[in-house]
Amino acid sequence: MTESEVTSQPSAGDDPAARPSTPPDGSHRKAILSVRDLKKYFPVRSSGLIRRTIGNVQAVDGISFEVEQGGALGLVGESGCGKSTTGRLITRLYDPTAGSMMFEGHDLATLSHRAMTPMRKEVQMIFQDPYSSLNPRHTVGTIVGTPLRVHKVVPEKQVLNRVRELLEVVGLNPEHYNRYPNEFSGGQRQRIGIARALALQPKLLVADEPVSALDVSIQAQVVNLLRDVQNEFGIAFLFIAHDLAVVRHFCPEIAVMYLGKIVEIGSREEVYEHAHHPYTQALLSASPDVKQAAIGGRRERIRLEGDVPSPINPPSGCRFRTRCWLAQDICAKQEPPLLQIGPRHKVACHFAAELGKNPERPVTAPLLGTDDQGNHDAGATPVDLPNEPGYGDSWYDLKNKAFTSA
Amino acid sequence: MTQTNEPVPQREAGYVSEPTDGAGTDAPFLVVEDLTVRFPTADGMVQAVSDLSYSVAQGKTLGIVGESGSGKSVSSLAVMGLHDAKRTQMSGSIRVGGKEVLGLSNDKMRRIRGREVAMIFQDPLTALHPFYKVGVQISEAYQAHHDVSRSKARTKAIEMLDRVGIPQARTRVDDYPHQFSGGMRQRAMIAMALVNDPSLLIADEPTTALDVTVQAQILDLLQELQKDFNSAIIIITHDLGVVAEMADEVMVMYAGRAVEYGTTRQILTHPEMPYTWGLLSSVPDVTADPEARLIPIKGNPPSLLKPPSGCAFHPRCPHMDKVPGDLCQTTLPDLTVAQHAEGGHVKRCHLPDPSAIYEQEILPEIAPDLVELVVNDELPAETGTGLVEDSPSDVVLPKER
Repeated sequence: MTESEVTSQPSAGDDPAARPSTPPDGSHRKAILSVRDLKKYFPVRSSGLIRRTIGNVQAVDGISFEVEQGGALGLVGESGCGKSTTGRLITRLYDPTAGSMMFEGHDLATLSHRAMTPMRKEVQMIFQDPYSSLNPRHTVGTIVGTPLRVHKVVPEKQVLNRVRELLEVVGLNPEHYNRYPNEFSGGQRQRIGIARALALQPKLLVADEPVSALDVSIQAQVVNLLRDVQNEFGIAFLFIAHDLAVVRHFCPEIAVMYLGKIVEIGSREEVYEHAHHPYTQALLSASPDVKQAAIGGRRERIRLEGDVPSPINPPSGCRFRTRCWLAQDICAKQEPPLLQIGPRHKVACHFAAELGKNPERPVTAPLLGTDDQGNHDAGATPVDLPNEPGYGDSWYDLKNKAFTSA
Repeated sequence: MTQTNEPVPQREAGYVSEPTDGAGTDAPFLVVEDLTVRFPTADGMVQAVSDLSYSVAQGKTLGIVGESGSGKSVSSLAVMGLHDAKRTQMSGSIRVGGKEVLGLSNDKMRRIRGREVAMIFQDPLTALHPFYKVGVQISEAYQAHHDVSRSKARTKAIEMLDRVGIPQARTRVDDYPHQFSGGMRQRAMIAMALVNDPSLLIADEPTTALDVTVQAQILDLLQELQKDFNSAIIIITHDLGVVAEMADEVMVMYAGRAVEYGTTRQILTHPEMPYTWGLLSSVPDVTADPEARLIPIKGNPPSLLKPPSGCAFHPRCPHMDKVPGDLCQTTLPDLTVAQHAEGGHVKRCHLPDPSAIYEQEILPEIAPDLVELVVNDELPAETGTGLVEDSPSDVVLPKER
């Protein structure tokens, strides 16, 4: 997180306000990307001559997160949860509706297209479909060399040499620069896409479902390649995928999205071993597990009923409540804040707890200044909860119901 | 067409020598023998499926696993009789309920298709007709095999939609496919496939296009319906996790051939073919060590225009050096009884001692915590079969939206 962005927290004597913006110790690196309250609404227009805006698809609705330098944040969720939109916002393929995206002292959200150009060198993208993301009428040399030419990073004479180097890095034959995409298999095409993304030596790579279009045996090759690339060049990744196992394998940090919001974010261990949000728990229990099934019995599977509600008219309060087995009155009235509950763990749920240990009474009610049904309590004073992109060094301990710090 | 004198060892449940009428006997409902499917193309003959034999009994589920181009879809399209006879060369035998269906005329096939064998496709949006109401498409499938009035067929459609869990089936029956979500479309497809109460259901990647939570719903639904209708199911997938949860038996296919075939438990705990090992180790696991490197299968799936000589997997196989001579390059291995044979487990591989390689080299890499259990054969006896009864899903969900 950059210093410029520390917001003026009303410093009450209470712990929560006194949150420094830097990580508590040196074990975690500085953030390279710091996203705050990012929103993207797509207008829905009426048919007819005067195309009035009759609503908004709230694809991304106020999300905050950080990606560490050389780190990897995984973004998971069902289709329509806004994970791909987030990726496209960060690469500015879409213009955000509101919010900021701080990258090396620049706010990517407000830069003009002209000012954005040099930044595009730093933030590159790998696309899902290796068939439609490569121009079939260009040779691989042209495809991988174009970023080099556009940004004039190497003199024209050396473009070809650099292309060969890049092809070698991603495990393709460097002499194949003259071939067309149709001469390559799916996995090889994805490698070409990766070579193109690496051409400008970006600091941040947004990988949008980079392996989901590939065959199983090829997926592992590409995941290993991405990992090598990350270790060798120290590139930070925003890794968007719906496959929880792949994300767990690649990302030390994971954010779970539902209907445009982050419902849980934390370190790999916290999210996978100690998931506190019912949606995360449902996702984890729904993903089939080969080894578990092989050795006898599958894990308890939570069956979510119905579909994701429409993002045009999302449910009030907690967006997950229509499919949640824990939902009570407060869930419809109050939106749960994304509350930090551990050194590197945040969750947005009124009844946050590990599976099967959910509290009877909403943990958030005293913080929000409401009674257990979610009605505002005149006597109570809401605690000012921070919505910082990163993690603070104090958090709300769910057991003791008080703020603690390391 | 019914030849059984070939090197493939007879699997107990897998073969019947005499055509039977299927009903009342233990004979498998579907028996495929020596099926070969070839497509002549401008570039040469594509040998999509070679000498494939398998069977599925009523109430059982067979999982067919393989990469794209391994012939898993082509073989099941042959069962449905959906290959263009003019452009396809087929040989072997496919018996549905004791009747030979390979080579049947289109008219005769039409009586079987939908009624005895039905299919669910991967992409429900392209498999449903966008111009017709969902209910009309389902009742049309019903009327094709039953001489009933339109209103009766419509009632049947509503009943089926309700059965597969579409809320307010009475009103949704008049919706068009685009008004359904992905999961609901797949449910509608299942309703359409089951409307004639088929004895065999072929599901070709039924959940690949769906999210994990919806996938779980659909898989549960298929299992429930199987219990009710006692139908045989073939589930075609590349996802071993889906197979692990659904199938009683698994057939692993590579380059148009079965390379390993056995009970799900056998295949997942004692696989003996390097390709199956590769599939198991290249998939990350939600419980595996995240820092461990994935072990991919090197190279790419072969072209079926010019499949590799000998064992089709040999160019990608890391264990070839353990086979004496150049056997792998020159000779196609037969399907032979597996070392750790149980329940008719067969594999197609020259490796002399695959079980030892698996236990000493492969398993420690992919599941170190399981080595002891597998080696000592101490795995828990029963595999999971269904929903855990008291899972949180039993709690009544809020109905208002």
